[in-house]
Parts: sequence; C-alpha cells; structure tokens
Amino acid sequence: MTISKLVLIELWKRKSQLISGLLAITLGIAVIVAIQSVSVVSEQNVARNLDNLGANILVLPQAASIDDYYTSDIDAPTLPMDYVERILTSTLAGVDNMSPKLTRRVKVGSQSIVLTGILPKSEIASKPLWQSSGLMGAGLKTACAPTQSANQSHGMEDKKLQRKAIDTLYSDDCLAGFQVAKRLKLAVNGRVSIMGKEFKVVKILSETGTVDDDRIFANLKDVQVLLKLENQVSAIEIMGCCNAISDGLLGRLRNILPDTRVTTIGQIVSTQIETNQMMKKITLVMLVIIFFVGGISIGNYIWANVNERKREIGILRMMGAERSTIYKMFLLKALILGVAGGILGYMLGTLAGVVLGPYLAGIVVKPVYIYLVWSIILSVAISLAGSIFPTYLAAKFDPHSNLQED
Amino acid sequence: MILQGDNILKQYHHNGGLINALDRVSFTVQKGDFVTVTGPSGSGKSTLLLSIFGLIRITSGNIIFDGNRIDSISDLKLAHIRKRSVGYILQSFALVPYLTTIQNVMIPLALEKIPRKEQFKRATEILDYVGLSDRMEHLPRELSAGQQQRVAIARSIIHRPQIIMADEPTGNLDPRLSLEILEFLSKINRENKITIIMVTHSPIAAEYGTMKLHLNEGKIIASGK
Repeated sequence: MTISKLVLIELWKRKSQLISGLLAITLGIAVIVAIQSVSVVSEQNVARNLDNLGANILVLPQAASIDDYYTSDIDAPTLPMDYVERILTSTLAGVDNMSPKLTRRVKVGSQSIVLTGILPKSEIASKPLWQSSGLMGAGLKTACAPTQSANQSHGMEDKKLQRKAIDTLYSDDCLAGFQVAKRLKLAVNGRVSIMGKEFKVVKILSETGTVDDDRIFANLKDVQVLLKLENQVSAIEIMGCCNAISDGLLGRLRNILPDTRVTTIGQIVSTQIETNQMMKKITLVMLVIIFFVGGISIGNYIWANVNERKREIGILRMMGAERSTIYKMFLLKALILGVAGGILGYMLGTLAGVVLGPYLAGIVVKPVYIYLVWSIILSVAISLAGSIFPTYLAAKFDPHSNLQED
Repeated sequence: MILQGDNILKQYHHNGGLINALDRVSFTVQKGDFVTVTGPSGSGKSTLLLSIFGLIRITSGNIIFDGNRIDSISDLKLAHIRKRSVGYILQSFALVPYLTTIQNVMIPLALEKIPRKEQFKRATEILDYVGLSDRMEHLPRELSAGQQQRVAIARSIIHRPQIIMADEPTGNLDPRLSLEILEFLSKINRENKITIIMVTHSPIAAEYGTMKLHLNEGKIIASGK
C-alpha cells in the first residue's frame, strides 16, 4: 500500500466521477488538437501555393525602382556583390534562399533580349517551373513553408516542399527562356553569341508566362565580365520566410544594408502572414478558453472530491499524514486526470480532424504525433492549475473538525 | 513516565466570551497504563484526548511525551510523532470506505513508507490477531460494526505505537460487542505493554482502566488507580 496506490484505488472505485471529471478536459484538448491539425495542413497548403509564386523580398540599390529591376535598363543602378555575404554572415533567420542577379538588356543580332546572370545552386526555387527542365540539383530549404525545425514541431514533413537548385551552370552554358528561344530559333546544344561570347544552350525552359520567358540566363561571373560590372548585381532576390517577415525581417535587413531598398511583394506576403496569423489567433483564443474552462472544470471536480473526502483527510492527518501527503494525493490525481485527458483528447481531436478536415476545409488531415506530447503537457498543466487551490484548502483542513463530522 | 500534562488550558471563543474546555488539567501517565477518562458530555474528555498530540492546539500548559515537550512543536513534528508513536481509535471507526480491510490496516505503514512485503506480512498477522483473517478483502460496508471496530484497532496497533488514544471506542456497539472490544483493548494493553488512554461514557468500560480520570467542566475532579 502506498499513497499512489490509494489514489489509483480511489479513482477506480469512483469511475463515474472520474469520467465526468475527464469529460471537460478531454473535449477541450480534442477541440485544440482538431483545430491545430486542420490549421497546420491548411497553413502548409497556403505556404506551398505561395511558395510557388516565387521570391517575396527584393533587395535593390537605393536609387533603383522595381521598374528598373523588370526593364533591366542599361544604366540601372547596381549594388556590390559583398551584400550577399553580409546577409549570409548575419544572424538573420528566414533568409535561407537567396539569389543575386545581374540583369541587363542586350542585343543578340537584331533582337533585344534580357541577359540575366545567376549563381548556380543559389538560384532559388523562385522558379519552380524550372524544375521540369531537368536541371535539378540538391534540395534547398523552402522559405515560407515550414523549415525542418518547424516541420518537427508540426510533426510532419512535406517532401514536395523541398526545392531544387540549379546545381551547375558552366561558364559557357546558358538557359534560354521559352519566348526568347522561339524568337532566336535556339535549340538545345545549339549556340548563341552574346556580346561577342559564345554560349552553349543547355536547356530551353518551359513557358512560365513571366518576364523570364524573354530572358537568357548565364553564369553570374560571365555576365559580370561581359557587362564590365564585376562584383556588381542588380538585385538580390530572397525567398524570406513569411513568419520571419512578420517578425520584422525587413527592418533587420535594412539595418545591415542601409544603402539599399528592401521591398516585399506585398500582396503575396501579406496574404500568407494574415492567414498564418489568423490561424494562430484562433488557436490562441481557443487555448485561453479551454485553459479556463478546463481548469475551472477540473478545479470543481477536485473541490467536490475534497469535500466528499473531508473525513478521510481528517483520518489520514490524525494518523500522521503530513500536509505534503494530502498535496500528493490530490495533485497526483490531477496529474493522472491530465495525462488521461491529454491522451483521450488527442485521440478524439485527431479523429475529428481526420474525419472532418476533408469536409470542412477540403484538405486531407493526417495524425500529428507530436501533438500527443503537447496535448498531455497542456492537459496536465490545466489539470494541475485547476487543482492547486482546492488541494491547498484540503491540506489546510483542521483534522479534528473533519473527524467530528459524524 | 510516558506522558505528562501540566496545567493544560484550552479556551474557546464563544458568543463574545471565553470558555475553558480544559481548565488547568494536570496528569501523569506511566508506560503500560490503561487510562480511562470519564465525565458528562461537554466535560472536556474528547478535547483532552485530541489536545494531547496536537489535533487541537492547547492555549497554555505543558505536555511532555516520552521525555520531550510536544505542546509547542511544529505541526510537521507532531505529525511525525502521531505517525510513529500513536494509534487512534474513534467511535465512528473512521475507516476509509473504498479500501478493503487489509488496505485500511496498512495505511499507517504506507504513511511510514514501510516496504510492501513487510506491510502485507504485518497486516496479515495483525488481522489474524484481531480475528479478521477471513475478512481481509472485505470493504467496511461489508463488515459488522464490531468487525469494523476491530479493523480500526488493528490499524491502530500495526505500526507498534507507544500509546493508543481511544475516543468512545464502544460508543456505537451493543453491550456484547462492547465487552468484546474492551477485552481486546485490555489484552493489547497487557500483552504488548501499549499505553491506552480511553475516553468513555460507560462506567463498565471505565472499570477496565488501571488509572481513572474524571472530568467535569474542563477540570479533573477525580483521579486514581
């Protein structure tokens, strides 16, 4: 016989009370798990879709406009290549995928095209459609989609979110946009002369419907030499993590790059930020409600239990039980309720998410196993928080007056 | 000497005035004594019993147990003394309703964190001693009043206390069962040399005492062996 066993026996012998005590906390945890399971998948879907839209932060020279970036005028301002290193060596989070570019409008024969210098492997997934070109290298981390650590905390990993970089783009190689290839009648393994330098066309890119269709992409170093703009770039495209942007990434970028313009593609970013923040707010509101409702419910149950067992508490105190023993009895009970409520709530909430997700949000929800741990932690916290005051009163009971309640 | 009370005063506030539940009570109990405390209702018998080991805190006076003053020590230390050295028997049996006979008997050992095997061994021995070895797995509601009180007695002696405090242990029993319980307490007193202080209304029960205290209005008005 131990105090723990006494607690277990009491719980077992009063099963109906146990069930009613568990109900509120189980349902509360279930609601949180269901909302969170659906919202995580939904957030990932939004992230994936927006991710496909491309880079969301542009670092431009102070004097340049967005138009300069797109029109690629011959005298558009540039910024030093060192700025890339300045970002990379900073402690900024959420700027994993960067792509420095030097872009200029040049003549190829009688045709005007845009020549863009890119760095292989760092040409980020802002060109998802390139992935079908077969120029796939190692996977890059996505920016707005959950990172590896975020994936772990969400308990899921989405392989589709792993982007690919262009692994190699040799000095004499180039990639031709769909429209420019058509206009210049370029073919794979054919050659094209740009400003006196011969390039081998290693790939014709699929049609994207963007300005990239009118561009020829070559190695950044080659383009810098050709344009006599060594160590200069027109812009640094960044696929910044939207959460990081909402946490003030732009301001921090401006701090380390004071003579630049740091802009976002506002609509894309704000859409994602708003979606993510709305989900977070809903979960937070639910969490607060459930914390209070669950805590009060468990507190009520423990208080009723304390009152029902006043004599027993008196008997134990008479026999020499310390106040700490009374604390142990009721807090252990609350702990058991918390663990059970967490497990049951997780199971119920996950089931609700899996069953209702496709109907309510049109998404397929899978169990997020890490939520089991969080459910238990949350449930135990609620249960203990609700039980502390009744337990404190139980430990303070005068044993003598309780014994005389016959 | 195992227990000594000296000028014990216990006052209550009542209707704006002070009532002396115990009015400068003094006594000395030797080891192995069977003390009976008698007196009319409200004379302070139960207050005295509950005051001795701090279940009710006295207003003034000294209480010495086993050579140590215990009237001014902390609740925690008093709880330790009750746990190790005192057994309580109450009129209402005070059994935990959802525990079986053997589980009820093992509670004092559980509080002392005695290993389970030892608990079980001692509990079976004690239940055999009180004649309840065939009722070990019964709940209190499945036992007769006499059996319930024997469970309470078993529980009060399982941790080998130095003293048993019994508050009207036969108050809920018929005369035959009362005698049975009194005989049993007497046997425990004789065989185990456990000091017993028993509060009772019954003159028959009082006759079992080797030392008798009679209280009236909070004062000892008679004592003797």
